[in-house]
Amino acid sequence: MASMRDIKRRKSSIQSTQQITKAMKLVSTVKLQRAKQRAENSKAYFDCMYQTVSSMLAKAGSIQHPYVTGNDSTRKAVIMITGNRGLAGGYNSNIIKLITKGDFNKEDLDIYAIGSKGRDALARYGYQIKAVYRDLAEEPAYSDAMAIAREVLNAYNAGEVGEIYLAYTAFKNTVSHDPKLIRLLPAETGTETEAEGKEAAEALMNFEPKDEEALGLIIPKYVTSLIYGGLVESVASENGARMQAMDSATSNAEEMIDSLSLLYNRARQGAITQELTEIIAGAEAIS
Amino acid sequence: MDNFRLKIITPERIFFDKDAYMVELNTTEGEIGVYAGHIPMTCIIKPGILTIRMDGEEKEAALHSGFIQILPDRVTILAEVIEWPEEIDLHRAEAAMERAKERIAHRTSETDIVRAETALMRAMARISVLK
Repeated sequence: MASMRDIKRRKSSIQSTQQITKAMKLVSTVKLQRAKQRAENSKAYFDCMYQTVSSMLAKAGSIQHPYVTGNDSTRKAVIMITGNRGLAGGYNSNIIKLITKGDFNKEDLDIYAIGSKGRDALARYGYQIKAVYRDLAEEPAYSDAMAIAREVLNAYNAGEVGEIYLAYTAFKNTVSHDPKLIRLLPAETGTETEAEGKEAAEALMNFEPKDEEALGLIIPKYVTSLIYGGLVESVASENGARMQAMDSATSNAEEMIDSLSLLYNRARQGAITQELTEIIAGAEAIS
Repeated sequence: MDNFRLKIITPERIFFDKDAYMVELNTTEGEIGVYAGHIPMTCIIKPGILTIRMDGEEKEAALHSGFIQILPDRVTILAEVIEWPEEIDLHRAEAAMERAKERIAHRTSETDIVRAETALMRAMARISVLK
C-alpha cells in the first residue's frame, strides 16, 4: 500500500488539475452562450439565402454557368474549420478524420485551413496546405468569410480547382455536434420533383439581370454565407465540445479524489491501529 | 397607400423589420423604387442609398452589397453590408474615397478596376447618406 504521504501528494495534484478543468469549463460555457447567440442571429439570413438560391437552382436545369456545370480540373479545394486549441474532446479529430478517412485522393486536395489544429495534423499527414487562417477561429466576422470565399472562388474561376468542399461542425444543440462535409461548388441543381414543389410558390419570380448573370452574382454570396455559417456553428460546437470534455474531466477528477480520500483515511487508521498495538505490546512487556 | 413588410437581414443581425409603403435603392440595373403590389422580382444590389418611406417617417441607410427579393406583400433585403448614418465614420469614408479615386486615376495593369470602382461607390454612398 502506498504511504500516506504519497497518497496526499497525488490527491493535491489531482485537485489542482480539477481546478483548471473547472475554470476551463466555466470559460467555455460563457463563450458558448455568446457563440450560440451569434449562430442564432445569423440564422434568418441563411434560411432566406438558402431559399432564394435553391429556388433559383431549381429552375436552373438549363442554365449553363461554370458555377453549376463545373470545370475540368480534378483538384478539389477543402475549407476545413477546426479550432486553434485542443482539449475539446473529439472536436478537432472528427473533422480531420472526415478528410483523411473520406474518399478523397490525398494528391488532389488543396486545403484551406481555418484554425491551427487541423493545419498541423494534415500537414503531418502530407496534405497540401494552400492557405491558413489562424486568427478567425475565435470570433469570425463576415468580412473574414468574404476574404476566404474570394480566394477559393478565384481558384475555381481560374480552373485550379474543380470542386469546393466545406468541412465544419454543425451545431445541433449544446450536447450534440455533427462533423459535416458539404459541397459548395459546383452547386447541385434541383431535381424535377423538387422544382415542381417550389414552382408553385415562386412561379412568377423574375430575375434582374437575367438568370445566368444573376446566378453568377448570387452564388458567390451564397458561398460566402455558407462559409460564415460554418464558421459560427463551428465556434459554437468547439465551445460546446470543450465544455462537455471539461465537465467530464472535472467529474472524473472528483471521483479520483473520493477514492484517494478513502485510501488515505484507511492508511491513516491502519497507522494509528499499528501504533496502538505497539504501545500496548510495549507496556505489557514491561509489567 | 398600401403598406408592405420590409425586412432587412444581415448575417449578424436583423437590421430592420417594419411596415413601409415605399423603398428606394440602387441595383445593378439602375435605381428602383418599390411600392406594394410589385411583381415578384430578385435584383442584385449596387452600393448606394437605401431610402425607406413609412407613414410619417423616412429613413436612410448606406447599403453596399447583397440582393433584394420583392414579392407583392413583402420585400426582403439580404444585405451583406448595411449601415445607419450614425454608424458611419465620415473621415474614414472620405479617406477611402480619396484612395479609390487615386487608384482609378493612376491605373496600372495590376489595378483591379472593378474593385476600385466598387470601393468608390461605397465611399460615396456613405458620404451622401450623412449629408
